[in-house]
Amino acid sequence: MSYESDLARIENIVGELERSEIPLDDALRLFEEGIERLRTAQAALLQAEARVRKLIEESDGGFSLADFES
Amino acid sequence: MRRPSRRPLPQTELLEPQLFASEPPRNYGSRAPQAAALPAGATREHPMTVEALTTSAKTVIEGAFSPIWIRGEISSFTRHQNGHWYFSLRGEKASIRCVLWSSNIWRIPALPENGMQVVVLGQLTVYPFRGELQCMVTSLDAVGDGLWRKALAESTERLRADGLLEPSRKRPLPRLPRRVAVITSPDGAALHDIIVVMRRRCPTVEIVLVPAKVQGEGAPADLMRAIACVGRWGAVDTVIIGRGGGSREDLWAFNSEAVARALAACAIPTISAVGHEVDITLCDLVADHRAPTPSAAAEAAVPVLADAIAEAASLREALRGALVRQVERRRDRLQRTAAELRASLERGSERRRARVSAVAGRLHALSPLAVLARGYAVARDAGGATLGSVENFTPASDFDLLLRDGTVRATTRSVHPARGDGE
Repeated sequence: MSYESDLARIENIVGELERSEIPLDDALRLFEEGIERLRTAQAALLQAEARVRKLIEESDGGFSLADFES
Repeated sequence: MRRPSRRPLPQTELLEPQLFASEPPRNYGSRAPQAAALPAGATREHPMTVEALTTSAKTVIEGAFSPIWIRGEISSFTRHQNGHWYFSLRGEKASIRCVLWSSNIWRIPALPENGMQVVVLGQLTVYPFRGELQCMVTSLDAVGDGLWRKALAESTERLRADGLLEPSRKRPLPRLPRRVAVITSPDGAALHDIIVVMRRRCPTVEIVLVPAKVQGEGAPADLMRAIACVGRWGAVDTVIIGRGGGSREDLWAFNSEAVARALAACAIPTISAVGHEVDITLCDLVADHRAPTPSAAAEAAVPVLADAIAEAASLREALRGALVRQVERRRDRLQRTAAELRASLERGSERRRARVSAVAGRLHALSPLAVLARGYAVARDAGGATLGSVENFTPASDFDLLLRDGTVRATTRSVHPARGDGE
């Protein structure tokens, strides 16, 4: 699940909760799902991988990454 | 076929005086030791070979001219099967044979046509095999950039015809990529700019360099290899392809139709960032996003981390607010309903009370007890049945008299039915 689909789903849930016609159980389930997705999205924001690497194509057709010093 | 037969004449006229001027024949006469080594061709006894002549002419000509720009009209253009291009450059009353080696063809944007006015950069030489003056061309363009424009227009049209320029093809870029691949030269300014901007905006995103040759011979093929490589690898969310500013020739690999097609076919969303703002290449046209510079590409690729965090926080607030309102709306409705219920209950019980008392009034009026209250009595048998007629009585039978304030046990003495027209 990608960051933007998480965000889009949360926005969607907010919209759904703003419309008043859903049963309370459903509202609570939606809210819980929204919080869960928010957690995922925030985790994605904070995962630290601040490196620059170089893509290397191996002779067997596979790929590997090597550190690249800029 | 007429032209080749005409050309040798002015060439020999041109070559001979130079050749002899550079090797003055008089010197040997005054120097006895050199008399034995007569320069070839100085006398009838020591003729020069044709090979020596043309080779010597080649040396002289090449020494006399540095690479020069020449303007003329293309004629007799042929692409030989050996890969080289041959043509003549014609002026009004002169022409010169030109060759463009296959190793230089990548520099030429499009195929020149006969009759086209061009400017070429070439080194003048002699083609010894024919003793012909020849220009070795390294660069060629139609007067006024025509060839570049022609090549670009033709390629653009083909891409358009194949639907590759459709705006609907453009995919949105991921808002928060985890990894961004950068196809560019490992030591170019573009890579540096992209790294600086991406680190500043969103230091949590990983940058993966896919090194490629971005200019010169073989650059298009290398760019295509890099694009294909990223596609096969696939473990990346966004691809930036680009380079810093440069001459039109430097940027030309990004105008390669083959490169543009490879980029259009890339399964991962692409950002093209070639040169400066004014430079628009075929890659820019087919990429999902066109950035005017490599720095702008980095800006388009990643959000500002702090903004994204703030956005997530405001989403959390929106979510919480929506749920709270959801509950509040329900509570309000519940309260309203409860109040309505209470009110309707109250209204209902009042109605019932009124009805009960009305019925009670009517019931009371009809009650036989009301009649007894006025002083009447009712006779009933032991079972409680009313004895309303003399026929219900027999002498000596017991019965009850029901009065206003109690019951009297009585016995029948005699029975006297009413007779005639009454008493």
